[in-house]
Amino acid sequence: MEMSKEQKIQAPLSEAQAKKLRVGDKVLISGTLYTARDEAHRRLVQAIGRGSKLPIPIKDQIIYYTGPTPAPPGRVIGSCGPTTSLRMDSFTPKLLKNGLRGMIGKGHRSSQVIQAIKDFSAVYFIAVGGAGALLSKCVREAKVVAYRDLGPEAIYQVMVVDFPAWVAIDSKGKNILRQ
Amino acid sequence: MRKIEAKEITEAVARLCLKANFNLRPDVVLALKEALGKEDSPRAKDIIRTLLKNASISKKEGLPLCQDTGMVTVFLKIGQGVRIVGGDLREAVNEGVRRAYREGYLRKSVVDDPLIRKNTRDNTPAVIHPEIVPGDKLKVTVLPKGFGAENISALAMLKPSEGKEGVKKFVMDTVRRHGANGCPPLIIGIGLGGTMEKAALLAKEAILRPLGSHHRKRHIAILEKELLREINKLGIGPQGLGGETTVLGVKVEVYPTHIAGLPVAVNISCHALRQASTVL
Repeated sequence: MEMSKEQKIQAPLSEAQAKKLRVGDKVLISGTLYTARDEAHRRLVQAIGRGSKLPIPIKDQIIYYTGPTPAPPGRVIGSCGPTTSLRMDSFTPKLLKNGLRGMIGKGHRSSQVIQAIKDFSAVYFIAVGGAGALLSKCVREAKVVAYRDLGPEAIYQVMVVDFPAWVAIDSKGKNILRQ
Repeated sequence: MRKIEAKEITEAVARLCLKANFNLRPDVVLALKEALGKEDSPRAKDIIRTLLKNASISKKEGLPLCQDTGMVTVFLKIGQGVRIVGGDLREAVNEGVRRAYREGYLRKSVVDDPLIRKNTRDNTPAVIHPEIVPGDKLKVTVLPKGFGAENISALAMLKPSEGKEGVKKFVMDTVRRHGANGCPPLIIGIGLGGTMEKAALLAKEAILRPLGSHHRKRHIAILEKELLREINKLGIGPQGLGGETTVLGVKVEVYPTHIAGLPVAVNISCHALRQASTVL
């Protein structure tokens, strides 16, 4: 078992920063993330296909795979842990090709996604699934910025402070999970 | 005949859905604490500590344990001496779900049709399993279950000649292939025997059993123990990031079956096992 070293990183994430991260590293992410799940991915990739302008910036951004619970009164967001990443696999290479730098989710990725992570020097992070109450406390601001009609699956822009995650696939394509 | 008002059932379902979503089952909390003592990996310990902290935040601050507040399965054990009055039973259950998911700020994750996929916006309908039992009481159990784990559940119709080894191989293969996606440490329910749908139902019922319990049949209790040990040797670990705690419990339920068949169903629960019961 390699020991993980903990480091603070900023989102958006530059290519140079991404290349410094190694599989197994624990990171505390601060900055801006965009949430997206299945349907939001489908729409983003369709927009790329049509050549239309995307509703969110994508270069060097980190997408967080989550569909939060509604925010109770007095909170910025409800429970918001990661969802299963592989459902996004068929869309991910196209987003990486368009500049996406990182993804936060849980579980395995396809070999095509791993190849694209290598090709475009990106990073796949795993956060603790089923810890949505705890993770929501890292979120300081949240607002819907696209696809509001999707409800919990809309794209939220979230400002996070010290959001804990692990580098699961690094920019060299090294994978923490056994395939 | 003992009369039970439909609105009592609505109130019970609503209360139980809220309880389940904000309170991790006490035996799971205990098992996580025990696992913390057994793990060597600092990363596995870190994750288990996070899960325990999450459970405490959820309870204290009224935030759901997990953002996937699930599709609700409701088990009703209806005493044959009970008569339900003042409304339709299914509607009473669904109204309870509707109320809890609105009032508790829980996520509405149900779509009306598996292909058209329009959100019903109130998390109904529930999946309801009514069973008529002796007596004059009504036991209500709710199990709001997320689909990260439900999606990796599986069923096989094995040949009788495959026997115990075939069952173990199917369970191990299912966990090995997909376990990391289901938010381990997992709780695994296995249904053996009956027909196809009976095995699937038994597997889900097995998850309801307390983690400290053993099957009353000795050879099944041994099977539970062997699977627990062998799965934890796979090294998948908490959240799939390595460690000795891949499962917290393996529970098997059995039913007589046909001379030509050996149905086996594996229902997988994530560590955020949400379940609550009451007797009316």
